[in-house]
Amino acid sequence: MSSDSSSWARALVHISPYTFSAIGIAVSIGVSVLGAAWGIFITGSSLIGAAIKAPRITSKNLISVIFCEAVAIYGVIVAIILQTKLESVPTSQMHQALHLVSSGEFILQFQMIKFPIYRVCVGIIGSSCALSDAQNSSLFVKILVIEIFGSALGLFGVIVGIIMSSQATWPAKA
Amino acid sequence: MYGWEMLSFNIHDGFLEAIVRGNRSGLLTAADYNNLCQCETLDDIKMHLTATEYGPYLQNEPSPLHTTTIVEKCTLKLVDEYKHMLCQATEPLSTFLQYITYGHMIDNVVLIVTGTLHERDVNELLEKCHPLGMFDSIASLAVAQNMRELYRLVLVDTPLAPYFSECITSEDLDDMNIEIMRNTLYKAYLEDFYKFCQKLGGATAEIMCDLLSFEADRRAVNITINSIGTELTRDDRRKLYSNFGLLYPYGHEELAVCEDVDQVRGAMEKYPPYQYIFSRISYGESQMLDKAFYEEEVKRLCLSFEQQFHYAVFFAYIRLREQEIRNLMWISECVAQNQKSRVHDSVVFIF
Repeated sequence: MSSDSSSWARALVHISPYTFSAIGIAVSIGVSVLGAAWGIFITGSSLIGAAIKAPRITSKNLISVIFCEAVAIYGVIVAIILQTKLESVPTSQMHQALHLVSSGEFILQFQMIKFPIYRVCVGIIGSSCALSDAQNSSLFVKILVIEIFGSALGLFGVIVGIIMSSQATWPAKA
Repeated sequence: MYGWEMLSFNIHDGFLEAIVRGNRSGLLTAADYNNLCQCETLDDIKMHLTATEYGPYLQNEPSPLHTTTIVEKCTLKLVDEYKHMLCQATEPLSTFLQYITYGHMIDNVVLIVTGTLHERDVNELLEKCHPLGMFDSIASLAVAQNMRELYRLVLVDTPLAPYFSECITSEDLDDMNIEIMRNTLYKAYLEDFYKFCQKLGGATAEIMCDLLSFEADRRAVNITINSIGTELTRDDRRKLYSNFGLLYPYGHEELAVCEDVDQVRGAMEKYPPYQYIFSRISYGESQMLDKAFYEEEVKRLCLSFEQQFHYAVFFAYIRLREQEIRNLMWISECVAQNQKSRVHDSVVFIF
C-alpha cells in the first residue's frame, strides 16, 4: 500500500484531463452569466423605483442593463474558443501534455472570476446613474462614462483569455 | 461590513430607496417658498400649493380655508407616502420605518393624557393627534389615573412598553410628571433606536448614529433651557439626558448645573459643531436657537442623501417632510394673521 502523500497525487493524475477542461468551460460561461445577473438586478431595482417619479429615464438607462448583459456574451465567446481547443488525443500519447493543456484551461477560468466583479461594478454605477438621472438629467452622460470604463475592464479579461488560449496548441507530433 | 452592502442592498430595498429619492425631489424648493411668502391670503397659498405635489390633497377643499386644514392635508400626504413604503418593506427596513413613528406615538400619548387632565373631550384630542403615531386602543388612555394604570391598561400592548420600565411610579399624573414622563420615554426610545441602528451596521449605522446623536444633544439643550427656573432638581435633569451623543458624559455634567442661557452657551461652545450654532445667535436670545437647530438638522439630513444603499434616507425624508409642514404652518399663520414681516423668522429652506 502506498503512503498517504503519494496516493492523493496518484488520484489526481488518474482523473481524466477532459474533466478539467470541461469544468473550465462550464465555469467560464456559468460565472459570467452569474455576474451579469447580479449587475442587472442591482441596476434594475433602482431603475424601476426611480422611474415612478421620472418616467423619462427608462429608455436611456437601459444602456446600463445592456452593459451588464455584454459580459455574459464575453463569457460565451471565451467558452466557445476554449471548446474548439478540445481535441481527442490517444491515451498512450503524451498524457502529460494533455494535462498541461487542460490545466492551462483551468487556470484560464481564474480570468473568468473577474467577470462577475466587473458586472457588479457596472451594476452599482448603473443604479446610481438611474437615481441621479431622475434628479438631474444632465448627469446621465457623465456617469455613463464611468460605466464605460468599468466595462472596459471586462474587455481586458476577454483579451487576456483569447491570447492565452491561442497559445495552447499541441506540440507537433514528432 | 461597511462597503459591501452595495452588493446585496438592492435585493430587498433597492426599489424603496429609489422611491424615496423620487419623493425627495418633490420637496418644496426656495423658489416655491418665495412664492408662498408673497401670498396675501390663504387662498393664494392654496393656489400655489396645488401646483406642487400637494395638488391632489388640497384641490377639493372649500374656501374659506383654515391653517389647520392646510397642515392636516399636507400631513395626510406624508402619512400616505409612509404607509406606501411600509407595506412594501421587508425586515429589517420595516422595523426601521416603525421606529421612526415611535416618537410621534409618545407625543400622542402625552397629548391625550394632558388633555384628559385638563378635562377636554377625548374625541377632540384624538383629532389633534399626529396620524403617524396612532395605534389601536389610544382612546382608552383617557381612563387612566396614574402611570401604573396607564401602563397596565393600554401601553403594555404597544411598542412603547419596554420604554416604561424607568418611569413607572404610582404618583398621580400632573403637568410636571407628564413632562418628565415624556422626556424619559423619549430618552429610552432614542437609546433603543440607537442600539438598533448600530446592530444594522454599515453605512446605516454610521449615518443614523450621527443623526440620532444630534437629536439627543438637541433635546439635552432644550431640556436644560426649559427647566431653568422650574423645580426640577439637577439629578432629575441629569436623568433625562440620553446615554450617547457628543455631549455624553462631560457635556451633560456641565449642562446639569446651568442656571441660565449664557451658562448653557458657555458649556456648548466647547464643542465645535455646536459652537457654530451658538455663535450665530446673540447673547441673551433663545428664540433663534430653535431655528438654528432646525437649520443644522436640515443640513445633516440633506447630507445623508449623498450616500446610496442605506436606510437613513428614509429617516431623513420623513424628517424633511415634517420640517416642510412646519414651514407651511408658519407661513400660513403669518399670512392669516397679516404679519408677513415675520415670515422669514422661522422658515428653514431645505434646498
